[in-house]
Amino acid sequence: MSQVNALQRPPYRFDAEKWRADFPILRRQVNGRPLVYLDNAATSQKPQVVIDAESNYYSQTNSNIHRGVHRLSELATNQYEAARGKVRRFINAASDREIIFVRGTTEAINLVAQSYGAQNIKAGDEIVISTMEHHSNIVPWQLLCERTGAVLRVVPINDDGEFLFDEYRKLVNERTKVVAVVHVSNALGSINPVKKIIELAHRFGAKVLVDGAQAVPHLTVDVQDLDCDFYAFSSHKIYGPTGIGVLYGKAALLNAMPPYQGGGDMIRQVTFEKSTYNELPYKFEAGTPNIAGVITLGAALDYVSAIGLDAIAAHEHELLEYATAAAAEVPGMRLIGTAHDKASILSFVLDGIHPHDTGTILDHQGVAIRTGHHCAMPLMARFKVPATARASFALYNTRPDVDALFAGIAKVRQMFAK
Amino acid sequence: MSDLRELYQEVIFDHNRKPRNFRKLDPADRLAEGFNPLCGDQITVYVKFDQGVISDVSFEGSGCAISTASASLMTEALKGKTEAEARALFENFHSAVTNHGCAKCDDLGKLEVLTGVAEYPSRVKCATLAWHTFTAALDQKDQPVTTE
Ligand SMILES: Cc1ncc(COP(=O)(O)O)c(C=O)c1O
Repeated sequence: MSQVNALQRPPYRFDAEKWRADFPILRRQVNGRPLVYLDNAATSQKPQVVIDAESNYYSQTNSNIHRGVHRLSELATNQYEAARGKVRRFINAASDREIIFVRGTTEAINLVAQSYGAQNIKAGDEIVISTMEHHSNIVPWQLLCERTGAVLRVVPINDDGEFLFDEYRKLVNERTKVVAVVHVSNALGSINPVKKIIELAHRFGAKVLVDGAQAVPHLTVDVQDLDCDFYAFSSHKIYGPTGIGVLYGKAALLNAMPPYQGGGDMIRQVTFEKSTYNELPYKFEAGTPNIAGVITLGAALDYVSAIGLDAIAAHEHELLEYATAAAAEVPGMRLIGTAHDKASILSFVLDGIHPHDTGTILDHQGVAIRTGHHCAMPLMARFKVPATARASFALYNTRPDVDALFAGIAKVRQMFAK
Repeated sequence: MSDLRELYQEVIFDHNRKPRNFRKLDPADRLAEGFNPLCGDQITVYVKFDQGVISDVSFEGSGCAISTASASLMTEALKGKTEAEARALFENFHSAVTNHGCAKCDDLGKLEVLTGVAEYPSRVKCATLAWHTFTAALDQKDQPVTTE
Protein backbone atom coordinates (compact mmCIF):
# COMPACT_ATOMS: atom_id res chain seq x y z
CA MET A 1 0.00 0.00 0.00
CA SER A 2 1.19 3.45 -0.75
CA GLN A 3 1.90 5.62 2.23
CA VAL A 4 1.49 9.33 2.01
CA ASN A 5 4.19 11.26 3.76
CA ALA A 6 2.34 12.70 6.73
CA LEU A 7 5.09 15.23 7.40
CA GLN A 8 4.24 17.17 4.25
CA ARG A 9 0.57 17.42 5.12
CA PRO A 10 -1.24 19.91 7.32
CA PRO A 11 -2.11 18.66 10.78
CA TYR A 12 -4.92 16.16 10.83
CA ARG A 13 -8.30 17.53 11.91
CA PHE A 14 -9.62 15.61 14.81
CA ASP A 15 -12.98 17.34 14.55
CA ALA A 16 -14.05 14.67 12.11
CA GLU A 17 -13.69 12.05 14.84
CA LYS A 18 -16.09 14.09 16.94
CA TRP A 19 -18.55 14.55 14.07
CA ARG A 20 -18.28 10.87 13.30
CA ALA A 21 -19.72 10.00 16.69
CA ASP A 22 -22.95 11.74 15.65
CA PHE A 23 -23.67 9.04 13.08
CA PRO A 24 -24.89 5.80 14.66
CA ILE A 25 -24.61 3.72 11.48
CA LEU A 26 -20.84 4.26 11.44
CA ARG A 27 -20.60 2.09 14.53
CA ARG A 28 -21.92 -0.99 12.79
CA GLN A 29 -19.91 -3.66 11.06
CA VAL A 30 -20.23 -4.85 7.48
CA ASN A 31 -18.90 -8.25 6.43
CA GLY A 32 -17.27 -8.51 9.83
CA ARG A 33 -15.33 -5.28 9.40
CA PRO A 34 -16.04 -1.78 10.70
CA LEU A 35 -18.02 0.11 8.07
CA VAL A 36 -15.97 2.47 5.93
CA TYR A 37 -18.64 4.42 4.14
CA LEU A 38 -17.33 6.13 1.01
CA ASP A 39 -20.50 6.25 -1.06
CA ASN A 40 -21.62 9.66 0.11
CA ALA A 41 -22.29 11.05 -3.34
CA ALA A 42 -25.02 8.42 -3.69
CA THR A 43 -26.48 9.25 -0.32
CA SER A 44 -25.02 10.43 2.96
CA GLN A 45 -25.57 8.87 6.38
CA LYS A 46 -27.80 10.58 8.93
CA PRO A 47 -26.76 12.01 12.29
CA GLN A 48 -28.72 11.12 15.42
CA VAL A 49 -30.34 14.59 15.55
CA VAL A 50 -31.85 13.97 12.13
CA ILE A 51 -33.07 10.50 13.05
CA ASP A 52 -34.55 11.96 16.24
CA ALA A 53 -36.26 14.80 14.40
CA GLU A 54 -38.17 12.35 12.24
CA SER A 55 -39.05 10.16 15.18
CA ASN A 56 -40.15 13.17 17.26
CA TYR A 57 -42.34 14.44 14.50
CA TYR A 58 -44.20 11.15 14.32
CA SER A 59 -44.39 10.63 18.05
CA GLN A 60 -45.30 14.23 18.99
CA THR A 61 -46.64 16.29 16.13
CA ASN A 62 -47.93 14.12 13.28
CA SER A 63 -50.85 15.87 11.61
CA ASN A 64 -51.78 17.19 8.21
CA ILE A 65 -50.74 20.75 7.42
CA HIS A 66 -52.39 23.88 6.07
CA ARG A 67 -55.86 22.52 6.67
CA GLY A 68 -56.73 21.68 10.25
CA VAL A 69 -57.83 24.14 12.91
CA HIS A 70 -56.65 21.83 15.63
CA ARG A 71 -53.54 22.25 17.67
CA LEU A 72 -51.39 19.51 16.15
CA SER A 73 -52.11 20.65 12.62
CA GLU A 74 -51.03 24.11 13.63
CA LEU A 75 -47.81 22.78 15.16
CA ALA A 76 -47.03 20.65 12.13
CA THR A 77 -47.74 23.56 9.81
CA ASN A 78 -45.46 25.82 11.82
CA GLN A 79 -42.62 23.32 11.80
CA TYR A 80 -43.07 22.67 8.10
CA GLU A 81 -42.97 26.38 7.27
CA ALA A 82 -40.06 26.93 9.68
CA ALA A 83 -38.11 24.36 7.68
CA ARG A 84 -38.86 26.33 4.53
CA GLY A 85 -37.28 29.32 6.23
CA LYS A 86 -34.21 27.26 7.10
CA VAL A 87 -33.80 26.23 3.48
CA ARG A 88 -34.23 29.83 2.37
CA ARG A 89 -31.48 30.99 4.73
CA PHE A 90 -29.25 28.04 3.81
CA ILE A 91 -29.11 29.01 0.15
CA ASN A 92 -29.80 32.71 0.76
CA ALA A 93 -32.97 32.96 -1.31
CA ALA A 94 -34.79 36.29 -1.19
CA SER A 95 -38.08 34.88 0.05
CA ASP A 96 -39.68 31.73 1.47
CA ARG A 97 -42.08 31.80 -1.47
CA GLU A 98 -39.17 30.82 -3.72
CA ILE A 99 -38.61 27.51 -1.93
CA ILE A 100 -40.67 24.65 -3.38
CA PHE A 101 -40.56 21.24 -1.73
CA VAL A 102 -40.38 18.35 -4.16
CA ARG A 103 -39.22 14.71 -3.98
CA GLY A 104 -35.65 15.44 -4.95
CA THR A 105 -33.37 16.96 -7.54
CA THR A 106 -34.92 14.78 -10.22
CA GLU A 107 -38.42 16.04 -9.59
CA ALA A 108 -37.22 19.63 -9.31
CA ILE A 109 -35.68 19.47 -12.78
CA ASN A 110 -38.73 17.73 -14.23
CA LEU A 111 -40.95 20.41 -12.72
CA VAL A 112 -39.03 23.15 -14.48
CA ALA A 113 -38.73 21.26 -17.77
CA GLN A 114 -42.46 20.57 -17.80
CA SER A 115 -43.92 23.73 -16.37
CA TYR A 116 -41.49 26.39 -17.56
CA GLY A 117 -40.74 24.36 -20.67
CA ALA A 118 -44.37 23.95 -21.76
CA GLN A 119 -44.92 27.66 -21.54
CA ASN A 120 -41.68 29.01 -22.96
CA ILE A 121 -40.01 26.51 -25.28
CA LYS A 122 -40.92 26.13 -28.93
CA ALA A 123 -39.52 24.51 -32.07
CA GLY A 124 -36.07 25.78 -32.97
CA ASP A 125 -35.25 26.97 -29.46
CA GLU A 126 -32.07 25.63 -27.93
CA ILE A 127 -31.38 24.09 -24.55
CA VAL A 128 -27.77 23.89 -23.43
CA ILE A 129 -26.44 21.26 -21.03
CA SER A 130 -22.93 19.89 -20.43
CA THR A 131 -21.26 16.54 -21.07
CA MET A 132 -21.04 15.83 -17.35
CA GLU A 133 -24.76 16.00 -16.55
CA HIS A 134 -26.50 13.36 -14.45
CA HIS A 135 -29.24 11.57 -16.39
CA SER A 136 -31.76 13.57 -14.37
CA ASN A 137 -30.46 16.74 -16.02
CA ILE A 138 -30.46 15.21 -19.51
CA VAL A 139 -33.61 13.18 -19.95
CA PRO A 140 -36.20 15.79 -18.85
CA TRP A 141 -34.72 18.19 -21.42
CA GLN A 142 -34.68 15.51 -24.10
CA LEU A 143 -38.34 14.84 -23.41
CA LEU A 144 -39.04 18.55 -23.69
CA CYS A 145 -37.14 18.72 -26.98
CA GLU A 146 -39.15 15.77 -28.32
CA ARG A 147 -42.40 17.46 -27.37
CA THR A 148 -41.54 20.89 -28.71
CA GLY A 149 -38.99 20.47 -31.48
CA ALA A 150 -36.36 22.35 -29.49
CA VAL A 151 -32.72 21.33 -29.88
CA LEU A 152 -30.39 20.04 -27.17
CA ARG A 153 -26.81 21.38 -27.27
CA VAL A 154 -24.01 19.89 -25.23
CA VAL A 155 -20.98 21.77 -23.92
CA PRO A 156 -17.86 19.58 -24.15
CA ILE A 157 -15.32 19.03 -21.38
CA ASN A 158 -11.57 18.48 -21.45
CA ASP A 159 -9.65 15.37 -20.38
CA ASP A 160 -9.47 16.63 -16.82
CA GLY A 161 -13.26 16.80 -16.72
CA GLU A 162 -13.44 20.59 -16.84
CA PHE A 163 -16.28 22.53 -18.42
CA LEU A 164 -14.94 24.22 -21.55
CA PHE A 165 -16.10 27.79 -21.16
CA ASP A 166 -14.86 28.89 -24.56
CA GLU A 167 -16.87 26.15 -26.23
CA TYR A 168 -19.87 27.20 -24.18
CA ARG A 169 -19.40 30.75 -25.39
CA LYS A 170 -19.66 29.47 -28.96
CA LEU A 171 -22.82 27.51 -28.19
CA VAL A 172 -25.01 30.14 -26.51
CA ASN A 173 -26.88 32.57 -28.70
CA GLU A 174 -30.27 34.23 -29.09
CA ARG A 175 -31.93 30.85 -29.67
CA THR A 176 -30.73 29.56 -26.29
CA LYS A 177 -33.70 29.57 -23.92
CA VAL A 178 -32.47 27.37 -21.07
CA VAL A 179 -29.03 26.47 -19.78
CA ALA A 180 -29.11 23.51 -17.37
CA VAL A 181 -25.81 22.71 -15.76
CA VAL A 182 -24.48 20.73 -12.83
CA HIS A 183 -22.75 22.72 -10.08
CA VAL A 184 -20.55 19.84 -8.88
CA SER A 185 -20.29 16.69 -11.01
CA ASN A 186 -21.29 13.52 -9.17
CA ALA A 187 -19.04 11.36 -11.34
CA LEU A 188 -15.95 13.59 -11.52
CA GLY A 189 -16.12 16.02 -8.64
CA SER A 190 -15.52 18.98 -10.98
CA ILE A 191 -16.83 22.28 -9.65
CA ASN A 192 -18.25 24.26 -12.55
CA PRO A 193 -17.95 28.04 -12.90
CA VAL A 194 -21.70 28.45 -12.61
CA LYS A 195 -21.63 32.15 -11.84
CA LYS A 196 -19.84 32.90 -15.11
CA ILE A 197 -22.07 30.43 -16.95
CA ILE A 198 -25.17 32.18 -15.65
CA GLU A 199 -23.85 35.63 -16.43
CA LEU A 200 -23.22 34.74 -20.07
CA ALA A 201 -26.59 32.98 -20.46
CA HIS A 202 -28.40 36.03 -19.10
CA ARG A 203 -26.77 38.22 -21.71
CA PHE A 204 -28.76 36.24 -24.27
CA GLY A 205 -31.91 36.21 -22.17
CA ALA A 206 -31.64 32.49 -21.39
CA LYS A 207 -32.74 31.13 -18.02
CA VAL A 208 -30.37 28.95 -16.03
CA LEU A 209 -31.12 25.91 -13.90
CA VAL A 210 -28.31 24.69 -11.66
CA ASP A 211 -28.29 21.05 -10.51
CA GLY A 212 -26.89 21.47 -7.02
CA ALA A 213 -27.35 17.90 -5.77
CA GLN A 214 -23.62 17.48 -5.14
CA ALA A 215 -22.81 21.10 -4.37
CA VAL A 216 -25.05 21.92 -1.43
CA PRO A 217 -23.43 19.36 0.93
CA HIS A 218 -19.93 20.65 0.20
CA LEU A 219 -19.92 24.36 -0.58
CA THR A 220 -21.74 27.47 0.48
CA VAL A 221 -24.41 28.25 -2.08
CA ASP A 222 -25.86 31.73 -2.42
CA VAL A 223 -28.55 31.72 -5.09
CA GLN A 224 -28.80 35.51 -5.14
CA ASP A 225 -25.11 35.94 -5.63
CA LEU A 226 -25.10 33.30 -8.38
CA ASP A 227 -28.20 34.95 -9.84
CA CYS A 228 -29.43 31.55 -11.03
CA ASP A 229 -33.05 31.28 -12.10
CA PHE A 230 -33.58 27.79 -10.68
CA TYR A 231 -31.53 25.71 -8.25
CA ALA A 232 -32.25 22.08 -7.37
CA PHE A 233 -30.99 19.80 -4.62
CA SER A 234 -31.84 16.65 -2.65
CA SER A 235 -32.12 16.33 1.10
CA HIS A 236 -30.64 12.84 1.29
CA LYS A 237 -27.23 13.92 0.07
CA ILE A 238 -26.94 16.54 2.80
CA TYR A 239 -27.54 14.28 5.81
CA GLY A 240 -31.34 14.55 5.54
CA PRO A 241 -33.99 11.97 4.71
CA THR A 242 -34.74 10.51 1.29
CA GLY A 243 -37.82 11.49 -0.67
CA ILE A 244 -37.51 15.22 -0.18
CA GLY A 245 -35.76 17.89 -2.16
CA VAL A 246 -35.87 21.54 -3.01
CA LEU A 247 -36.52 23.60 -6.07
CA TYR A 248 -35.51 27.23 -5.72
CA GLY A 249 -36.89 29.53 -8.37
CA LYS A 250 -37.04 33.27 -8.76
CA ALA A 251 -40.49 34.38 -7.64
CA ALA A 252 -41.26 36.25 -10.85
CA LEU A 253 -40.56 33.14 -12.92
CA LEU A 254 -42.44 30.77 -10.62
CA ASN A 255 -45.41 33.12 -10.55
CA ALA A 256 -45.67 33.15 -14.31
CA MET A 257 -45.34 29.37 -14.67
CA PRO A 258 -48.36 27.06 -14.93
CA PRO A 259 -48.88 24.52 -12.12
CA TYR A 260 -46.96 21.27 -12.36
CA GLN A 261 -49.52 19.01 -10.72
CA GLY A 262 -53.12 19.66 -9.73
CA GLY A 263 -54.78 18.73 -6.47
CA GLY A 264 -55.29 19.81 -2.90
CA ASP A 265 -53.28 22.69 -1.39
CA MET A 266 -52.35 24.15 -4.76
CA ILE A 267 -55.74 25.73 -5.44
CA ARG A 268 -57.47 28.87 -4.27
CA GLN A 269 -60.92 28.11 -5.60
CA VAL A 270 -62.30 25.17 -7.53
CA THR A 271 -65.46 25.05 -9.60
CA PHE A 272 -66.19 22.61 -12.35
CA GLU A 273 -65.79 25.40 -14.86
CA LYS A 274 -62.44 26.68 -13.69
CA SER A 275 -60.00 26.62 -10.81
CA THR A 276 -57.75 29.37 -9.61
CA TYR A 277 -54.41 28.58 -8.15
CA ASN A 278 -52.89 29.24 -4.80
CA GLU A 279 -50.02 31.66 -4.36
CA LEU A 280 -46.37 30.66 -4.18
CA PRO A 281 -45.01 28.32 -3.02
CA TYR A 282 -48.23 26.31 -2.57
CA LYS A 283 -49.09 26.48 -6.24
CA PHE A 284 -46.35 23.89 -6.80
CA GLU A 285 -47.02 21.72 -3.76
CA ALA A 286 -50.12 19.75 -4.71
CA GLY A 287 -51.37 17.18 -2.24
CA THR A 288 -50.12 16.23 1.22
CA PRO A 289 -46.36 16.68 1.05
CA ASN A 290 -43.63 14.75 2.80
CA ILE A 291 -44.17 16.69 6.02
CA ALA A 292 -41.80 14.60 8.13
CA GLY A 293 -39.20 14.81 5.39
CA VAL A 294 -39.34 18.60 5.21
CA ILE A 295 -39.10 19.05 8.97
CA THR A 296 -36.26 16.55 9.16
CA LEU A 297 -34.43 18.26 6.31
CA GLY A 298 -34.64 21.39 8.44
CA ALA A 299 -32.89 19.50 11.25
CA ALA A 300 -30.19 18.33 8.84
CA LEU A 301 -29.52 21.89 7.68
CA ASP A 302 -29.33 23.01 11.32
CA TYR A 303 -26.76 20.28 11.91
CA VAL A 304 -24.65 21.30 8.92
CA SER A 305 -24.90 24.99 9.78
CA ALA A 306 -23.78 24.36 13.36
CA ILE A 307 -20.58 22.74 12.09
CA GLY A 308 -20.23 25.19 9.24
CA LEU A 309 -19.81 24.44 5.55
CA ASP A 310 -16.39 26.08 5.54
CA ALA A 311 -15.09 23.67 8.14
CA ILE A 312 -16.70 20.75 6.31
CA ALA A 313 -15.26 21.83 2.96
CA ALA A 314 -11.77 22.30 4.40
CA HIS A 315 -11.84 18.86 6.01
CA GLU A 316 -13.14 17.14 2.87
CA HIS A 317 -10.63 18.95 0.72
CA GLU A 318 -7.81 17.72 2.88
CA LEU A 319 -9.09 14.15 2.60
CA LEU A 320 -9.35 14.50 -1.15
CA GLU A 321 -5.75 15.70 -1.37
CA TYR A 322 -4.60 12.90 0.88
CA ALA A 323 -6.42 10.36 -1.29
CA THR A 324 -5.24 11.92 -4.55
CA ALA A 325 -1.63 11.74 -3.37
CA ALA A 326 -2.09 8.10 -2.40
CA ALA A 327 -3.67 7.33 -5.79
CA ALA A 328 -0.61 8.69 -7.58
CA GLU A 329 1.48 5.94 -5.95
CA VAL A 330 -0.70 3.05 -7.12
CA PRO A 331 0.53 1.57 -10.41
CA GLY A 332 -2.25 1.32 -12.99
CA MET A 333 -4.66 3.54 -11.07
CA ARG A 334 -6.14 6.27 -13.24
CA LEU A 335 -8.27 9.04 -11.82
CA ILE A 336 -11.29 10.02 -13.91
CA GLY A 337 -11.84 13.68 -13.10
CA THR A 338 -8.78 15.74 -12.29
CA ALA A 339 -10.28 19.21 -12.52
CA HIS A 340 -8.44 22.03 -10.83
CA ASP A 341 -11.58 22.92 -8.87
CA LYS A 342 -12.81 19.69 -7.41
CA ALA A 343 -14.92 18.54 -4.50
CA SER A 344 -14.85 15.42 -2.44
CA ILE A 345 -14.98 12.78 -5.18
CA LEU A 346 -12.34 10.27 -6.25
CA SER A 347 -13.47 8.44 -9.38
CA PHE A 348 -10.98 5.90 -10.71
CA VAL A 349 -10.28 2.86 -12.81
CA LEU A 350 -7.63 0.20 -12.22
CA ASP A 351 -5.77 -1.07 -15.23
CA GLY A 352 -7.19 -4.41 -16.42
CA ILE A 353 -9.67 -4.66 -13.55
CA HIS A 354 -13.36 -3.98 -14.00
CA PRO A 355 -14.78 -1.52 -11.44
CA HIS A 356 -17.46 -4.02 -10.53
CA ASP A 357 -14.83 -6.47 -9.32
CA THR A 358 -13.08 -3.67 -7.46
CA GLY A 359 -16.36 -2.80 -5.72
CA THR A 360 -17.09 -6.36 -4.62
CA ILE A 361 -13.61 -6.93 -3.24
CA LEU A 362 -13.63 -3.59 -1.40
CA ASP A 363 -17.04 -4.39 0.03
CA HIS A 364 -15.46 -7.46 1.53
CA GLN A 365 -13.12 -5.23 3.48
CA GLY A 366 -16.11 -3.25 4.73
CA VAL A 367 -15.37 -0.41 2.30
CA ALA A 368 -18.52 0.83 0.56
CA ILE A 369 -17.96 2.64 -2.71
CA ARG A 370 -20.04 3.09 -5.83
CA THR A 371 -19.21 1.38 -9.08
CA GLY A 372 -20.96 1.85 -12.39
CA HIS A 373 -21.79 4.66 -14.74
CA HIS A 374 -23.05 7.00 -11.99
CA CYS A 375 -26.14 7.89 -14.04
CA ALA A 376 -23.83 9.64 -16.47
CA MET A 377 -23.50 7.29 -19.42
CA PRO A 378 -22.53 10.00 -21.94
CA LEU A 379 -19.73 11.00 -19.59
CA MET A 380 -18.45 7.42 -19.40
CA ALA A 381 -18.45 7.36 -23.20
CA ARG A 382 -16.47 10.63 -23.20
CA PHE A 383 -13.76 8.98 -21.09
CA LYS A 384 -14.06 5.69 -23.02
CA VAL A 385 -14.68 3.63 -19.88
CA PRO A 386 -17.74 1.44 -19.28
CA ALA A 387 -17.81 2.41 -15.63
CA THR A 388 -15.67 3.77 -12.83
CA ALA A 389 -15.21 3.09 -9.15
CA ARG A 390 -16.01 6.12 -7.04
CA ALA A 391 -15.10 6.97 -3.48
CA SER A 392 -16.79 10.09 -2.18
CA PHE A 393 -16.17 11.81 1.12
CA ALA A 394 -18.41 13.39 3.73
CA LEU A 395 -17.74 15.30 6.91
CA TYR A 396 -17.42 12.12 9.01
CA ASN A 397 -14.76 10.47 6.87
CA THR A 398 -11.23 10.34 8.21
CA ARG A 399 -7.75 9.48 7.06
CA PRO A 400 -8.12 5.93 8.38
CA ASP A 401 -11.09 5.59 6.00
CA VAL A 402 -8.87 6.62 3.11
CA ASP A 403 -6.16 4.24 4.33
CA ALA A 404 -8.74 1.43 4.38
CA LEU A 405 -9.71 2.30 0.82
CA PHE A 406 -6.13 2.05 -0.36
CA ALA A 407 -5.47 -1.12 1.61
CA GLY A 408 -8.51 -2.53 -0.17
CA ILE A 409 -7.23 -1.39 -3.55
CA ALA A 410 -3.92 -3.08 -2.83
CA LYS A 411 -5.85 -6.27 -2.09
CA VAL A 412 -7.77 -5.96 -5.39
CA ARG A 413 -4.55 -5.56 -7.33
CA GLN A 414 -2.95 -8.45 -5.52
CA MET A 415 -5.89 -10.75 -6.32
CA PHE A 416 -5.80 -9.77 -9.98
CA ALA A 417 -2.02 -9.85 -10.26
CA LYS A 418 -0.27 -12.29 -12.58
CA MET B 1 -11.01 -13.80 2.88
CA SER B 2 -11.95 -17.44 2.33
CA ASP B 3 -15.42 -16.69 1.00
CA LEU B 4 -14.12 -14.02 -1.37
CA ARG B 5 -11.96 -16.76 -2.84
CA GLU B 6 -15.11 -18.77 -3.35
CA LEU B 7 -16.38 -16.03 -5.62
CA TYR B 8 -13.06 -15.34 -7.29
CA GLN B 9 -11.68 -18.78 -7.87
CA GLU B 10 -8.48 -19.27 -9.81
CA VAL B 11 -10.43 -20.69 -12.77
CA ILE B 12 -12.32 -17.39 -12.98
CA PHE B 13 -9.14 -15.34 -13.08
CA ASP B 14 -7.77 -17.70 -15.70
CA HIS B 15 -10.80 -17.33 -17.97
CA ASN B 16 -10.88 -13.58 -17.37
CA ARG B 17 -7.27 -13.26 -18.44
CA LYS B 18 -7.54 -15.65 -21.36
CA PRO B 19 -11.17 -15.88 -22.43
CA ARG B 20 -11.84 -18.97 -24.59
CA ASN B 21 -13.72 -18.64 -27.88
CA PHE B 22 -13.37 -14.88 -27.69
CA ARG B 23 -13.96 -14.10 -31.36
CA LYS B 24 -16.57 -13.32 -33.91
CA LEU B 25 -18.21 -16.15 -35.86
CA ASP B 26 -18.84 -15.08 -39.40
CA PRO B 27 -21.20 -16.29 -40.62
CA ALA B 28 -23.09 -17.40 -37.52
CA ASP B 29 -26.41 -19.19 -37.60
CA ARG B 30 -27.65 -17.20 -34.64
CA LEU B 31 -26.36 -14.21 -32.76
CA ALA B 32 -27.59 -11.79 -30.14
CA GLU B 33 -26.34 -8.83 -28.16
CA GLY B 34 -26.61 -8.50 -24.42
CA PHE B 35 -26.17 -5.51 -22.19
CA ASN B 36 -26.04 -4.90 -18.46
CA PRO B 37 -26.83 -1.22 -18.08
CA LEU B 38 -25.93 -1.28 -14.41
CA CYS B 39 -22.25 -1.92 -14.98
CA GLY B 40 -21.87 -1.25 -18.68
CA ASP B 41 -21.12 -4.86 -19.58
CA GLN B 42 -21.82 -5.73 -23.17
CA ILE B 43 -21.56 -8.98 -25.05
CA THR B 44 -22.33 -10.52 -28.41
CA VAL B 45 -22.84 -14.28 -28.56
CA TYR B 46 -22.50 -16.22 -31.83
CA VAL B 47 -23.81 -19.74 -32.39
CA LYS B 48 -23.33 -22.26 -35.21
CA PHE B 49 -25.29 -25.47 -35.60
CA ASP B 50 -24.43 -28.63 -37.43
CA GLN B 51 -27.26 -31.13 -37.74
CA GLY B 52 -29.04 -29.92 -34.63
CA VAL B 53 -25.90 -29.80 -32.53
CA ILE B 54 -24.01 -26.67 -31.49
CA SER B 55 -20.84 -26.97 -33.51
CA ASP B 56 -19.34 -23.63 -32.51
CA VAL B 57 -20.16 -20.85 -30.10
CA SER B 58 -18.19 -17.73 -29.34
CA PHE B 59 -18.48 -14.28 -27.83
CA GLU B 60 -17.11 -10.75 -27.96
CA GLY B 61 -17.53 -7.82 -25.63
CA SER B 62 -16.31 -6.40 -22.37
CA GLY B 63 -17.25 -6.89 -18.79
CA CYS B 64 -16.12 -7.68 -15.29
CA ALA B 65 -14.16 -10.80 -14.38
CA ILE B 66 -17.30 -12.71 -13.42
CA SER B 67 -19.14 -11.94 -16.65
CA THR B 68 -16.12 -12.56 -18.88
CA ALA B 69 -15.27 -15.85 -17.17
CA SER B 70 -18.90 -16.94 -17.26
CA ALA B 71 -19.14 -16.25 -21.00
CA SER B 72 -15.90 -18.08 -21.62
CA LEU B 73 -16.91 -21.11 -19.56
CA MET B 74 -20.32 -21.10 -21.21
CA THR B 75 -18.85 -21.41 -24.69
CA GLU B 76 -16.80 -24.40 -23.58
CA ALA B 77 -19.80 -26.04 -21.97
CA LEU B 78 -22.14 -25.57 -24.91
CA LYS B 79 -20.15 -27.10 -27.72
CA GLY B 80 -21.61 -30.42 -28.84
CA LYS B 81 -24.94 -29.88 -27.10
CA THR B 82 -28.33 -29.88 -28.77
CA GLU B 83 -30.54 -26.86 -28.34
CA ALA B 84 -32.67 -28.71 -25.76
CA GLU B 85 -29.60 -29.82 -23.80
CA ALA B 86 -28.24 -26.30 -23.85
CA ARG B 87 -31.47 -24.84 -22.48
CA ALA B 88 -31.61 -27.47 -19.77
CA LEU B 89 -28.04 -26.65 -18.77
CA PHE B 90 -28.90 -22.97 -18.50
CA GLU B 91 -31.87 -23.80 -16.31
CA ASN B 92 -29.64 -25.77 -13.98
CA PHE B 93 -26.96 -23.13 -13.97
CA HIS B 94 -29.47 -20.36 -13.39
CA SER B 95 -31.01 -21.99 -10.38
CA ALA B 96 -27.56 -22.78 -8.98
CA VAL B 97 -26.36 -19.18 -9.17
CA THR B 98 -29.60 -17.73 -7.86
CA ASN B 99 -29.40 -20.10 -4.90
CA HIS B 100 -32.65 -21.83 -5.61
CA GLY B 101 -30.87 -25.12 -5.33
CA CYS B 102 -30.60 -27.28 -8.38
CA ALA B 103 -31.77 -30.70 -9.26
CA LYS B 104 -28.67 -31.75 -11.16
CA CYS B 105 -25.87 -29.58 -9.89
CA ASP B 106 -23.31 -32.30 -10.50
CA ASP B 107 -24.07 -31.87 -14.20
CA LEU B 108 -22.68 -28.35 -14.10
CA GLY B 109 -19.10 -29.50 -14.53
CA LYS B 110 -16.67 -26.58 -14.71
CA LEU B 111 -19.54 -24.09 -14.43
CA GLU B 112 -19.67 -24.93 -10.79
CA VAL B 113 -16.91 -22.43 -10.05
CA LEU B 114 -19.48 -19.70 -10.68
CA THR B 115 -21.97 -20.84 -8.08
CA GLY B 116 -20.21 -18.62 -5.53
CA VAL B 117 -22.12 -15.64 -6.94
CA ALA B 118 -25.27 -16.95 -5.29
CA GLU B 119 -23.99 -15.17 -2.17
CA TYR B 120 -23.70 -11.88 -4.08
CA PRO B 121 -27.14 -10.90 -5.40
CA SER B 122 -25.73 -7.83 -7.14
CA ARG B 123 -23.34 -10.02 -9.12
CA VAL B 124 -25.75 -12.72 -10.28
CA LYS B 125 -26.52 -10.69 -13.39
CA CYS B 126 -22.83 -10.67 -14.27
CA ALA B 127 -22.79 -14.46 -14.29
CA THR B 128 -26.01 -14.85 -16.27
CA LEU B 129 -25.62 -12.12 -18.91
CA ALA B 130 -23.87 -14.42 -21.40
CA TRP B 131 -26.48 -17.11 -20.89
CA HIS B 132 -29.42 -14.78 -21.33
CA THR B 133 -27.78 -13.50 -24.47
CA PHE B 134 -27.22 -17.07 -25.68
CA THR B 135 -30.89 -17.97 -25.21
CA ALA B 136 -31.88 -14.74 -26.94
CA ALA B 137 -29.71 -15.88 -29.86
CA LEU B 138 -31.54 -19.21 -29.90
CA ASP B 139 -34.83 -17.34 -29.91
CA GLN B 140 -33.45 -14.93 -32.52
CA LYS B 141 -34.65 -11.88 -30.64
CA ASP B 142 -33.97 -8.71 -32.57
CA GLN B 143 -33.83 -6.50 -29.50
CA PRO B 144 -30.62 -6.64 -27.48
CA VAL B 145 -31.33 -8.31 -24.16
CA THR B 146 -30.62 -6.40 -21.02
CA THR B 147 -30.38 -7.62 -17.50
CA GLU B 148 -32.59 -4.82 -16.23
C1 LIG C 1 -25.47 15.66 -9.83
C2 LIG C 1 -26.75 14.96 -9.51
N1 LIG C 1 -27.90 15.39 -10.05
C3 LIG C 1 -29.06 14.81 -9.77
C4 LIG C 1 -29.14 13.72 -8.94
C5 LIG C 1 -30.48 13.09 -8.69
O1 LIG C 1 -30.86 13.24 -7.37
P1 LIG C 1 -32.11 12.47 -6.79
O2 LIG C 1 -31.93 11.04 -7.17
O3 LIG C 1 -32.02 12.69 -5.32
O4 LIG C 1 -33.33 13.07 -7.40
C6 LIG C 1 -27.98 13.23 -8.35
C7 LIG C 1 -28.01 12.08 -7.45
O5 LIG C 1 -27.84 10.95 -7.76
C8 LIG C 1 -26.76 13.86 -8.65
O6 LIG C 1 -25.61 13.41 -8.12
